[in-house]
Parts: sequence; structure tokens; C-alpha cells
Amino acid sequence: MMSAVRLRLAGIRKSFGATRALKNVSLEIAPGEVHAIIGENGAGKSTLMKVLSGAHRADAGTMEVSGLSYEPENPHDARLKGVAMIYQELNLAPHLSAQENILLGAESARGGWVDRRSSRVRAQAALAQLGHEGLDLDRLAGDYSIAEQQIIEIARALLIQPQVLIMDEPTSSLTQADTEKLFATINRPRAQGVSVIYISHFLEECRRIADRYTILKDGETVGSGEMKGASLDHIVTLMTGREVKDLYPRSARAPGAVVLEVKTVASGPRLKRATLQVRAGEIFGLAGLIGAGRTDLLRAVFGLESLTAGEVCVVGAPAGAASPRARWLQGVGFLSENRKEEGLMLNQSIADNLTLTKMSDFGRMGWVSGARQRAVAQRWVGELRVKCHDSGQPVGQLSGGNQQKVALARLLEHPAKIFLLDEPTRGIDVGSKAQIYQLVSELAAAGKAVVVVSSYLPELLGLCDTIGVMCRGELAVVRPRAEWGEAEIMRVATGSA
Amino acid sequence: MKDTFNKIISKGGPFIGLILVIVLFSIPTETREFFLTYNNFKIIFTQTVIVAIGALGMTMIIVSGGIDLSVGSNIALTSVVGAQLIQRGWGPAPVLLAVVATGAVIGLLNGSAIAGLRMTPFIITLGTLGVARGTAKWMADNQTVNYDGSPINGWMTTADPFSHALPAGVWVSILLAVLTAVVLRNTIFGRHIFALGSNEATARLCGIATTRLKILIYTTAGGFFGLAGLFQLSRLRQGDPTVAVGLELDIIASVIIGGASLNGGVGTILGSMIGALIMAVLRNGSQQMGWPTYFQEIIIGLVIIVAVFLDRLRQGKQV
Repeated sequence: MMSAVRLRLAGIRKSFGATRALKNVSLEIAPGEVHAIIGENGAGKSTLMKVLSGAHRADAGTMEVSGLSYEPENPHDARLKGVAMIYQELNLAPHLSAQENILLGAESARGGWVDRRSSRVRAQAALAQLGHEGLDLDRLAGDYSIAEQQIIEIARALLIQPQVLIMDEPTSSLTQADTEKLFATINRPRAQGVSVIYISHFLEECRRIADRYTILKDGETVGSGEMKGASLDHIVTLMTGREVKDLYPRSARAPGAVVLEVKTVASGPRLKRATLQVRAGEIFGLAGLIGAGRTDLLRAVFGLESLTAGEVCVVGAPAGAASPRARWLQGVGFLSENRKEEGLMLNQSIADNLTLTKMSDFGRMGWVSGARQRAVAQRWVGELRVKCHDSGQPVGQLSGGNQQKVALARLLEHPAKIFLLDEPTRGIDVGSKAQIYQLVSELAAAGKAVVVVSSYLPELLGLCDTIGVMCRGELAVVRPRAEWGEAEIMRVATGSA
Repeated sequence: MKDTFNKIISKGGPFIGLILVIVLFSIPTETREFFLTYNNFKIIFTQTVIVAIGALGMTMIIVSGGIDLSVGSNIALTSVVGAQLIQRGWGPAPVLLAVVATGAVIGLLNGSAIAGLRMTPFIITLGTLGVARGTAKWMADNQTVNYDGSPINGWMTTADPFSHALPAGVWVSILLAVLTAVVLRNTIFGRHIFALGSNEATARLCGIATTRLKILIYTTAGGFFGLAGLFQLSRLRQGDPTVAVGLELDIIASVIIGGASLNGGVGTILGSMIGALIMAVLRNGSQQMGWPTYFQEIIIGLVIIVAVFLDRLRQGKQV
């Protein structure tokens, strides 16, 4: 086809410190085309979208919109230049009306006064463009459902008549029916020549809505083509296609009795149904996309979120009213995926962080011996090679990897029998990673049960004995590790199995 | 060189402030004669007692990440309760217990509402500020509660210029300050208060019963406020439902000047005590300089801002 290119990206690079998030990304999109960007967690999709929407500036490479050089200063500048972005998390002011939200930042005004009549006309026009004329413009945005709020967001994006509309995971919090409606909605601006960049983990969805696709892996474009006739297997292979290295030690271990049983558990809006058993001396991996309910499952098991259905049994006995306190007493330890906001007290010492779950062991009659706390902390600092001045140093001053070691040492010191580890190696350097893999492997060899949630598939495949894959809030398939491959996990996780 | 400077500012900041204020008031001719005398410091210490005891409880609350605005009203209410009990012929010991218990009950209500209803301490204690003040006025029928005499009246006296002994109130404050400092530093209760204020999510994740802990903190602090009310009663020799209006701000200021962070997790009893002394020295010195009260208010206001600014500098350096 000879039609002009609406958006062209060539050789885009972007680094954050030593991390090369985007190494070489190229992309071409025609007017009126829906283009799917596909890739694993951490492949560089978010960074690419931030570069496109003006939140980050690329280090190298060129961008063109309709043949003109495009170098947005910031998101506002990007909008003015015709590129609008709709984030996964909706950005509405819930206390303002639908109309005010649609016109936010672009109000019709006459000498500083809002021009109500022209405002209404413009808001209505934006909704009509989407085929949603019926929406009550005077209702507060917060009173609308998530799906309707999304329509309001799209209407806001269309108000400035963009040439390119970016949608990041638009269906992650939508029901199947709402997803269908959203597709119908997207087809309208597309018919008017707006190009749409569509990012989703769900490959089936991408295949239905998109005309073409581009696959990112480790910050590089590794493939692109027509969606029509493309095989999902081919796409999944391109997405993953990595080798498991010798980073993962395998300790000699023999799984024993079942120590943790989760029976048809449901919790919160995301976790719908999960059943699993973990044995002593077993490492159980939980795979799935972000938002599939893996973290929710761990938190529910640990008593941080209440169960709406099902039961958790620890060492055979129903675990009863769940609270983190009860779980620690039962010998269950939890490592949060978010060490800065939840896992650690950043302005308190290593010793205090390490001993927080069991301070009564460090003294008697309610008294705490600082010397004993420090002695124990010093021992772990030595054993795990935590880089610090001394055990009295605030944890916030340590590097990410060393912070994670302190958080892990808390579980080891407690001592827990069942370890729930949520993204244990997120954001830490390779050296620390290897050390943590070694540690987890030794735990299993010593007869502890370990549950690991990770978004990094080689890690799960390298470390675990059993892997369960979650999709849309359900623990879909549980199998021994030998029966899984990266492609197979992705197939189940993306709901395309 | 710069590191040492930062260390001095961070560890000894409030103490340096106190020395600075004392030196400044020792220089002018108007105050040179009397300011640096034992008798004047006896007065300053005695004037610090109520704020200091309040600051003990407030330090616990602020370190835990909370705030209590109802202190002034708590002091007024407990002073009225104490005066009425003395009227009925109660002895000093039962009055002491009853007044501390009354303060603790107000704290218990605050803590239960904050932890149970999951509402912000600011709102809840702003509410009890009004409730307790109103109750005090109601109980006292809107006037002062007078009584014939009680040994309690002697606990805060500085009237006898020939006696070198410090009044009981000062000794009680010192004793309690040492005790609270040890509790905060060396007990599970104390370490859990720091954990709660530093990161409530972590505290919960590590199995600390945060609801119970919060209630315990506000109740204990309420007991301190009740005791402060008793010394208020002793100082005025009557129960006064309109006393200590705005005192919560002096108490919070002492704790903040002493280096505690309103974000929680940071603060020391020693710092708060020095903070309370700085405020008392400023008041005392300004009076001797013959400065009008509005001038004192301006100075104390500026001191709070400077202290918090230094606090922020320090935190920026550390974390």
C-alpha cells in the first residue's frame, strides 16, 4: 500500500543509569491502523510508550508523525503534536462531572469564564465520535462504572483530534462484555483515520482488534507483521525465546508431606479461584501476567487480605481467622514485592528490621536487648554478605539487593517453615540474584516449603519444582516444572491455550 | 569537616538551640542580673513541668505516626475532675490516681476511634478537643472549681525563695522522662511504636497487632496528659475549665523542636524535653526583657519554623 506513514520510529534507545531499557526499537504505523505492541513484562513496552507520550526523552533515534519530526517536550506537548495516551490506571477527577473531565485542561473559555454552551457542544461531539451520545454529561465521573469511565477518558483524548492514540492495557480491568463494547468503540475513531497503538498482554485480544503487530523483547524489536494469518505460536516464541542459564542451583531435595493447602480461595476484586498444595522441601512457582492475581493469592494466604471464599490449611489444620500475626506464629513468612513501601522500615536500623517479627526473643518480660538484636543482625550481615557499615545503619541507605537480603533474613531468623516470596529478585543486581537463588534452593533442601511469585520466567523454570500459571484471577494449570516451557507458560498466562 | 558539622546538627541540634537561647538572654543588661541564677532556673523548670509531661505522651504519639490535638482540653477536664474530688475530701493519692485514669480514658476513646474507625488522628482528636473542653465547662458549671486546701498545692510551688529544693513536679517530670526514654528505647512496646510510625504496612506485615498498639499508645499518652492536668491544678490551686487553651500546640512544638518527625518513626524523649525547655526559656527570658506577649508569640512561632526546617535538612541528608 502506498498510503503515507502516520508514525515512524527508528533506532529508539533509552537507558536509565546502567539499565538499557530500549536498545533498538523501530516501528511504522499507517493512518487508521490499529497496531499491537506485544512483549513480556519488562520487555520495554512501558518505556517505549513513555518516550512516545513525552514522559521520557529518547537517548537516540528518530520519531516522525505524518512525516514531520516529532520530539515531544512533555505529555502536554505530545498531545498538542497529535499523540494522546490513555494509561492503564484511569486518570479522572471523580468529583467532577463527565463533561468537566472530558474538557479538563481544554475548557472553552471567554475571558477566563467557562463558556458552558460551547463546552457542552464539544463534549457531546467527542462522545458522538465514539458512538456514546447517551452518556449523561452532568453525572459525576466517580459514579460511572470502570468501562464508562474509560469511554470518558477516550473522549477526552479525542477532544484534541489526535493523529495517534495510545492505549495501555485498556482491558485489564474490564469484563468480557465490556471488552467487546470497547472494541466497537475503538473502531469508530479508527474509521476516521486515527492510528491506534494497542498494548495488551492478551494475545487473543490483540489478534482480534489489531491490523499489525510489533514484538519487543529485552528492549529490541524482534518481529513485526500483519496480524491476519500470524500464528500465536510464532509470536510467543519470538516474545520469549531465551535460554535458561546455570544461574539456578538445584539442591538435592525430596518433597515430603503437604504443609500448605489452599482450597478454592477467592479474595478481593482480582483473585477468583485458586487451589494448590505445597510440600515440605518443594519450591512452588506462580507464573502469570501482572494483575492475574498472583500477588493477591500470596497476600490472601498470608492473611493480609481477607478471603471471600475457600480455606487455607497450614500443616493440615485449617488456619482459621487469618492475620499476618497468626501466620507468623504458624511459621509462615512473607516477603513483600514492594520492599520500600511495605517490606521494610527504611529509616530504622538493619537490626530492628531484621528482628521485628519476634522481638520477644531478644530479651524478657517485654524488654528488648539492643545488644542481642545487633549480634543476631551482625551474624546475618556476615552470612548473607550484606554491604553496610554496621547493623545499626538505617536500611534505607542500602542498595536494593542488600535491602532485599535484610528482608529475607527476617524470614530466616524468625524462623519460618513456609516461605511466601513475592518477586524476590525484583530490581536487584545479578550477583544478589544468584545469591538469593542459592538461598532459596538451600531452604528447600532443608525441608522448607517455598512459594515464589515471579514475572521472570527463566527464574521460575530454573528454580521451581512445580509451577502453577494464573490467568484472569484463576490458578489455571499446575504441573511439574519439566512439563513447562516459556512458550507454554505464556500461552496459558495470556489465555491463548 | 562537613560530615562532622552535619553530625553535630543532627545529634545535638536541640541542645545547641537551648544553649544559644540561654546565652542570648544572659547578655543584655536588662536580664544579666537575674537570668542566670539558680532561682530563675528553678522557676523555668517549674514552668516547664506541664508542657514536659504532656510532651512525654505526645512524643510516643508522634513517633507512632499520630497526633493528639485534645491535650489542652484533656488537661482542663482532668484539672476540674481533680478539684471536684478534692472538694469532696479525697486525699492526694486517690486524686492522683483518679485524674491519671480520667486522662487515660480520654486517650482510650481517642485511640479506639482512631484504630477502630480507621480515621485520621487529626480529625478524631480535633473532635475530642471540643468534647473534652465542653465537658469540663459543663462539669464545672462554667466557672473555676475552688477548694479549701490540699497538699497537692505544694507540688508546683516556687514561692519560698529560701528553699533550694526543686518542687515535686520537677522531680516527677525528670523521673518519668527517664522512664519513658527507657521504655521507648528498650522495650518491645517502645520498639513497636517506632515500627508503627516508620512504616505501618511493614508493622502489620510483621505480625504486630497495630490496632491494639495504637489504642495502648493513646491511652498511655492520655494518662500522661491527665497527670499534666493534676500539675496544672496544683499550679493554679483551683480547677479551671478554660485553662490550657492552645497548650497542645506548645506541646507538639516541643516534640517537633526536639527533632521528632510528624511523619513518624523519628523522635527522642531527651529531644522533646529540651524542646520544652527551649520554649520555657524563651517565655521566661522575653518576660524579663519586658517584651510584650505578642512579641514572645512571634519569636516562638519563628523558632518552630526554623526547628522544622533544620529537621527537614537533616532528614534529607539521612534518607
